[in-house]
Amino acid sequence: MDLRMLGTTFLLALREIRRHVLRSFLTTLGIIIGVAAVVTMVTLGNAATRSVEQSISNLGANLLTVRPGQGFGRGGGSFAPPFGLDDVATVRQQIGGVLHVAPQTSAAVIAVHEAQNWSTTVAGTTNDYFASSSLELESGRLFTEEEESAGKSVCVIGATITTNLFKQLDPLGRSLRLRDISCVVVGVLKKRGQAGFGPDQDDQVVMPIKAVMRRLTGRQDVGSFQVAVDKRFETKNVSAAITALLRERRNVAPGTDDNFNIFDAKQLSDTLAGTTRTMTTLLGAVAAVSLLVGGIGIMNIMLVSVTERTREIGIRLAIGALRREVLLQFLVEAITLSCLGGLIGLLVAFAATMGLAPLMRMSFEFDGSINLIAFGFSAAIGVVFGYFPARRAASMNPIDALRHE
Amino acid sequence: MTESASTPLIELRGITKVFGTGAAAFQALRGVDLDIHEREFVAVMGASGSGKSTMMNILGCLDTPTSGSYRFRGFNVERLDQDERALLRRRYLGFVFQGFNLLARTTALENVELPLVYRGDTAVKRRERAMAALDQVGLAPWHDHTPGELSGGQQQRVAIARAIVTEPQVLLADEPTGNLDSERSVEIMELLSGLNRDRGMTVLMVTHEPDMAAFASTIVKFRDGQIASREAR
Ligand SMILES: Nc1ncnc2c1ncn2[C@@H]1O[C@H](COP(=O)(O)OP(=O)(O)OP(=O)(O)O)[C@@H](O)[C@H]1O
Ligand SMILES: [Mg+2]
Repeated sequence: MDLRMLGTTFLLALREIRRHVLRSFLTTLGIIIGVAAVVTMVTLGNAATRSVEQSISNLGANLLTVRPGQGFGRGGGSFAPPFGLDDVATVRQQIGGVLHVAPQTSAAVIAVHEAQNWSTTVAGTTNDYFASSSLELESGRLFTEEEESAGKSVCVIGATITTNLFKQLDPLGRSLRLRDISCVVVGVLKKRGQAGFGPDQDDQVVMPIKAVMRRLTGRQDVGSFQVAVDKRFETKNVSAAITALLRERRNVAPGTDDNFNIFDAKQLSDTLAGTTRTMTTLLGAVAAVSLLVGGIGIMNIMLVSVTERTREIGIRLAIGALRREVLLQFLVEAITLSCLGGLIGLLVAFAATMGLAPLMRMSFEFDGSINLIAFGFSAAIGVVFGYFPARRAASMNPIDALRHE
Repeated sequence: MTESASTPLIELRGITKVFGTGAAAFQALRGVDLDIHEREFVAVMGASGSGKSTMMNILGCLDTPTSGSYRFRGFNVERLDQDERALLRRRYLGFVFQGFNLLARTTALENVELPLVYRGDTAVKRRERAMAALDQVGLAPWHDHTPGELSGGQQQRVAIARAIVTEPQVLLADEPTGNLDSERSVEIMELLSGLNRDRGMTVLMVTHEPDMAAFASTIVKFRDGQIASREAR
């Protein structure tokens, strides 16, 4: 077939598309919907997974939190002795792969500065806490060694405290009152934003733990402690080592349950990421179904028009068209419609993700492979169901094609 | 009048056609022998259901006989494959269907242009020739109407224009005036006999009307799937 014939065939195909506006539109629509649904859902699903992973890593992906008592939700039937600073020191000394160990004891307080007051939490801890929670200073400084060991009444405050108590003022060097003690602000933390869950780390007053123990809680026990694990170590192994050490120190008899629990953010992160990934898969499956439904829609349209098309093929054959000329025309037509639909579908999906991602507070990434898969699949359906009925019709005697009902 | 001694353009020998199988089988043609020479103008007559259209379809290489041999310009048509038969139709044959078989939603002009498209004519030439053919059947003013916007008679004339636009060597017309009033019918018959006389186009035409058959040089009568008589006028 020479080049001019090819051009003519192409023109014929485009003419047929224009002539059957509704049919062409419905075919294209099926593909648009299928492609747009799959691409949008999968892209948003991936974005959700990433955003969950992101907020968990904000929380500290290599962080273990050790608390007395049995884990979440398990009723603490028997008494669980609290931890002391000696437990914290021992963990720091004896466990390998530990970067920081930060004890924490907290109390609910009302912080007052001049006429302003704000209900918040005071966290008694050490400088290790800032490192393990990756909290950074906006201004000022952390605690000095002397302040820590002597339990001086100084504090580092979160961004929320700054805005609510000090308004426009620079808090550094000013005092705020917590119950009946007065405490000098030495540092201000950078705003972190909600970490997804857990306490709001912007809304706290951090003091040396000894100061809190002596002057606010009046007790010597440590509510919990955080262990930051070196990235080169597995949190699971470190957690197991701490468990063994603490069981020994707390005289837990072999075979009985721990009377403390270790919360591993990494494991939670893995679980959650796994869950969102499952969700993505699920969404993808739903989307794949819509792609399939779209595909069936296309098949339907193509098969409904097969009688008309068969007659058309009969006419073309009768007036001297070769089989391959007719087939090329139908192929070009099917490819044009499918690709057009696929491209529009991709554009719709892009627009939809652009519009939806900010609403869902997610950033998305263009995922080439899913675009390609969706496009390829729908285009294949369009081509197969546009082309194969034509192929059958073209192999008939012209007169049989003309008589087709 | 005796047959000319040269080899016939069309030679049918013992053509049969059976539709369906088993108990539902129906024999539409029961051994048709027919010779048609170049430049003949043949009218085929016969009762409805006697097999005229069936034979025309076979002659037009649109359908294959159940048995028998069909030689066209010396080719054994039954030995040709689909594409070779398509090329034969494209080069030598023009066909007017009893049911017109125009492309829907396609203008008269585009319908008439179609055979030229497959012959690879340029767009300009196609348009020119198609307009001329439409003019010959008196439909030039209707060239941009689709079949849905044309009357039965007008559609029939588009079908005729499409068959003659390639100036085929053989025109096979199945009741080309079936939907036309007598005045129009005579016009079409004059057009066909003009093409036959001036261009040497061989014409085979099915008709029920003796007035139309009167334009032909030979009349073939069909009865029950067989040729009952063949007479020259
Ligand atoms: N595709 C088919 N399947 C079954 N039977 C058919 C088919 N085509 C034609 N026939 C039968 O073959 C016989 C001859 O049909 P044909 O169309 O050749 O008649 P005809 O002489 O052209 O009639 P008319 O003058 O009405 O057009 C008819 O009885 C018809 O029912
Ligand atoms: Mg008939």
